[in-house]
Amino acid sequence: MSLWRQIRRGLYVLTHRRVADQDIADEVQHFLDQMTPAERSSARATMAREQVRSYGWENLVDQVIVDARYAARRLLASPGFTIACALTLAVGIGASTAIFSAVYPILFEPLPYPDAGRILMISDRGAGGSRVDVTFGTYAELGARSRSFSALAVVEPWQPTLTGRAEPERVDGQRVSASYFRTLGIIPRLGRDFDAADDRPHGSNVVLVSNALWQKDASILGKQITLDGDRYTVIGVMPAGFDNVVSPSAQVWSLLQYESSAPFFRDAGSHYTREWGHHLAMIGRVRSGVTLDAARREIDDLARIPTPEFVRPSWASLSDGLTVHALQDDVTSGVRPALLAILGAVLLVLTIACVNVTNLLLARGVQRRSEFAMRAALGAGRARIIGQLVTESLLLALLGGILGLGLAAISTRALIALSPPELPRVDAIGINGSVFLYAFGVTTVCGLLVGLVPALQNTGNLRQRHPSTSHPSTSHPSISHPSTSHPSTSHHSISHHSISHHSIRKALVVTEVALALILLVSAGLLLRSLDHLFSVPPGFRPSHVLTMQVQDAQSRYGFFTRALDAVRRVPGVTSAAYTSQLPLSGRLDGYGAHMESNTRTDESGDFSALRYTASPGYVETMGIALHRGRLLDEHDIAGQPHAILVSESFAKRNLAGQDPLGQRLRLGPDTVWATIVGVVADVKQQSLDGDETDAVYNATSQWVWVDAKQSFVVHTQGDPAALAPAVKAAIWSVDKDVPIVQVATMTDLVARSEAKRQFALTVFEAFGLAALALAAIGLYGVLSGAVTERLREIGLRSALGASPSDIVTLIIRQGMTLATLGIALGLFGAIVASRAIASLLFGISSLDPTTYVGVIAVLLGVSGLACWLPAMRASGVAPLIALRTP
Amino acid sequence: MEEKNTDVIQGTLDLLILKTLSLAPLHGFGIARRVEQVSRGVFKVNPGSLLVALQRLERAGWLDAEWRQTENARRAKFYTLTKAGRKQLEVETEDWTRRAGAVMRLLKAEG
Repeated sequence: MSLWRQIRRGLYVLTHRRVADQDIADEVQHFLDQMTPAERSSARATMAREQVRSYGWENLVDQVIVDARYAARRLLASPGFTIACALTLAVGIGASTAIFSAVYPILFEPLPYPDAGRILMISDRGAGGSRVDVTFGTYAELGARSRSFSALAVVEPWQPTLTGRAEPERVDGQRVSASYFRTLGIIPRLGRDFDAADDRPHGSNVVLVSNALWQKDASILGKQITLDGDRYTVIGVMPAGFDNVVSPSAQVWSLLQYESSAPFFRDAGSHYTREWGHHLAMIGRVRSGVTLDAARREIDDLARIPTPEFVRPSWASLSDGLTVHALQDDVTSGVRPALLAILGAVLLVLTIACVNVTNLLLARGVQRRSEFAMRAALGAGRARIIGQLVTESLLLALLGGILGLGLAAISTRALIALSPPELPRVDAIGINGSVFLYAFGVTTVCGLLVGLVPALQNTGNLRQRHPSTSHPSTSHPSISHPSTSHPSTSHHSISHHSISHHSIRKALVVTEVALALILLVSAGLLLRSLDHLFSVPPGFRPSHVLTMQVQDAQSRYGFFTRALDAVRRVPGVTSAAYTSQLPLSGRLDGYGAHMESNTRTDESGDFSALRYTASPGYVETMGIALHRGRLLDEHDIAGQPHAILVSESFAKRNLAGQDPLGQRLRLGPDTVWATIVGVVADVKQQSLDGDETDAVYNATSQWVWVDAKQSFVVHTQGDPAALAPAVKAAIWSVDKDVPIVQVATMTDLVARSEAKRQFALTVFEAFGLAALALAAIGLYGVLSGAVTERLREIGLRSALGASPSDIVTLIIRQGMTLATLGIALGLFGAIVASRAIASLLFGISSLDPTTYVGVIAVLLGVSGLACWLPAMRASGVAPLIALRTP
Repeated sequence: MEEKNTDVIQGTLDLLILKTLSLAPLHGFGIARRVEQVSRGVFKVNPGSLLVALQRLERAGWLDAEWRQTENARRAKFYTLTKAGRKQLEVETEDWTRRAGAVMRLLKAEG
C-alpha cells in the first residue's frame, strides 16, 4: 500500500532524522562523485540535499513542532498577557461548553430508545387547541382502529406508598398499559415485561421496578412488595441506563387494569366509568414502512370519523381532533425556548471573548512588528509568519480550552443544581464524548479566528519596511489635525498600517459593546418579566402559608379529620385546612360539569372544571376572596344538600347573565345535584402567566370519595417553614405510618412555578455581567493603548497649554464615541434578540423602554469608567517626559 | 550564444524513470546518465529533481530502494521497479502515446 508506505517512511524520517539526512547526503554525494568535473561545477550538493530533504509530509509536522515550540516560548515570555487571554477564552469556551452539554442531549440528541424518532405522543385537543390528556376510551378506540402503529400505550403518574420496610416511603411510579415498554422499545434486564393477560380489571398485582430499587435489594425479583397497602409481585427489573423521559423519577411500574372489552364503559347506573377520565398520556410507535406523516393523517381521520361501535361521550368526542407530536418535541417543548435563548446568549459571550482576545493579540502584534520584519528580511515568507502567529493563537486557545473544560465541568454541576424541575433528561447532562468534541471544535475555531485577523493585519507589507522604522508613529492618524503637517513619505506605510490597525481595534470594541448591549437588554427584559409575573395576583394570599401533601392509602376520612384537628392545635397555627388539589403544585384535576339548566341529554354544552374538594376553612386559609354568597362550613356534610362554590370566571363564562347562586350542577361521576352557594375569586392553578380556569369547590364530606392524597394548607403567625416539623409531628401523632411529602411554603410554590424563567434569567444575568466586564476591559485596553501611543502628542498639547481637563475630555470623547456607536449598533441586535425570547417575556413589550433606557445607562456608565482611567493617566503626563519618549 | 533547452518535459520525468528501471535496477546517477544517453543529450536530469522524483515514486510503491555495492566497490542506492510500478509504466506509456499522437496530429494538420 502506497499510503502505508507514505506514513511509514514519514514516521521513520521523523524518528530517525539524522540517519535519514545522512542517507540523502550519501546518495547525493554518490551522484555528484560520478559526474564530470564540468557538470559538478554547476551542481550544488547543498541545494540538491535540501531539495530532496524537503520532500515528504513529515516536514510539515516538523514545521508545526518547531512553530509550537517557538509559540510556547513566546507565550511563556509574557505570562501576564498569556493568562489574560487564556482566561478570557476559558470563560467563553467553558460557558458555551457547559450550555452545550445541557442543550445537546435535551434538544438535539435522539431519545435513548431504538428508532426513537418513530415514537409519537398523542393528546386530545381541547377548546382553543389546548392539549388535554386522553381518555382510556380514546386509547381503546385508536388501538382497535389504527393500522399505523406497531404499539400504542397509555400511562399515568402514580405515587404509591411503599410499606413493609423501616419507614413508609413514597415512591414515584407510573401506571401503564401492558404495551408501554414495548412501545418505547425497552425490555427489562431481569425477569419479564408485562403482558396483556396482566392488564385487565382485577388482574394479578404485578410490578416492574427500576434498576436503582433493585440495587438496594438484589433479592427483590420474584418477591412481594406492599404498595398503597396492596401486595404486588415484582416480575422484572428495568435496565440501568433506562431513561424514562415521560416520568424520569419513576421507580415502579404497575398496570392500569382498565376495562377494555366493554366498548361503552358505563357502569350499572349508566354513568361513565373512570375509563372516560382525561388523565392518560398516550404514546405510539409508528410501524416501520409507515411514514410519520401517514400516521398523523390516519390519526386525524380516525378522530374526525367516529364509528358506531365506538361511542364517545361529549368530553371525549375528539371533535377538535387529536394533537400528535414527536415524543422528543413533546418532552422538550416546555423548555425549548428558554434553552435556545440561553444557547444564543452563550454564543454571544463566546464571540465577545474571542473579540477581546483578538484585540489583545492585535495590540501585541503591533509591538512585535519589528520582529516580523526581521524574520521577513531573513527570508521567511508571509505565509510562514502567519502560520507561526496562528500556531501561537491556537496554543493560546488550547490553554483556554483546557481551562474552559474544567470550568464547564464545574458549571455543568451548577446548571443541574439550578435547573428548573421541568428540565427533562437531566441525567444525560455531563461532560461526555460529544461535549468534549464540541469543546475541541470550538477551541480550534476560536484559535484560528482570534489569530488570523491580527496575523494578516500585522504581516502586511513587511518587505517594504525596514525593521528600524517600526517604532510607533509620532502622530496618531485619528487625531491628526488638518493643520498638523503630515508625516514624511518614508513614514507613509506605517501610518497606513496604524490607520487600519486602529480602525480594526475600534471596530472590535464597538462590536463588543454592541453584543454586551444585546445580552444586557435580554437579561433586563427577563428581569422585568419576572417582576411583572410575581406581581400578578395569584388569587390567594401566599404569605404565611405552609403546605404539605399527606397520603393515606386507605383514604380514611376520619384520619384526615383528626389530623386536621391536631394541626389546628399546633401553637402558631392560625388556621388550617386540606384540599384535593393545591394551586401551583403541578396537579391538574378536572371534571366534566353538567348544569341543570342544560337540558340536552347528549352532554353537549357540558364543560370541564377544576375540582377542589376541601375541608371547611380552605378558602379562608388560602385567603381566596369571596365575591358573592357564602363559603362552605361545618354544616355542609354528608346527608345535607350538596353545596358548591364556583370561581368568578366559571360564573362569567358559563352562566353569563344569570344569577349563579341557587343554580344546580352535577360534577363528573357525582349523581347528586349540587347547589351553587357562593362565587369566589379566580386562582392560578398552573402558572402565573396562565389563564384562569373554571373551578369548583366542594366539601370532602359531600364528595363521592375521599381523595387519598390531600394537601394540607396551614396559615401561621410567624415563619411558616419553621412550623413544618411541628405540623408534621401533629399529623404523625394521629398515624405515624402516613407519608408526608412536598413540604413547601406557598411562597416557594409561587417562585417555583416560574423556575424556568428564573433559570433563564440567572444564566442571562451571569452572561450579561461577563459581557459587560469583557466589553469594559476591551474599551479600556484600546484607550490605554492609544494613550501610550499618543504620549508625545499629549505631552506636546499640555506643553502648548492644554489643561489636564482638556486632555481628559479628549480621551473620554474618543472612548465614548466608540461606546455610543456600539450601543447604537447593539440596539438593532437587541430588537432582534428580544423577539427571539418573546415567549419568555410577560407583561412587557419586547421593546420595553424602561429596560432599554436602563441598560443603555448602565453601559454608558461602565464605559465612562473604562475611559476614565486611561484619561486620568493621560492628563498626568508631564510635557517633558512626553517629549523625551522616542 | 543560444543555449538549447535540456529540461525534461514537464510531467514526463516519472515515465522516463520508470521506463529506464524497467530494463534493470539502477542508482540515481545511472538513471540520469541513461536518460541522457538514450535521449542523445536532449534531456539532462539534475540530481535534485531526480532524487526527489525517486523518493516520490518509492513512496508511491512503484519502486523499491536498496543500498548495494557497485561494480567499483562503492555503496549506492539502487532502485528496482515493483509490480505496481510496472503497471504504472504501462498506464503512463499509454497515456503519453495518446497525448503525443494528438500533438503530432495537430502539428501535421494543414490549414
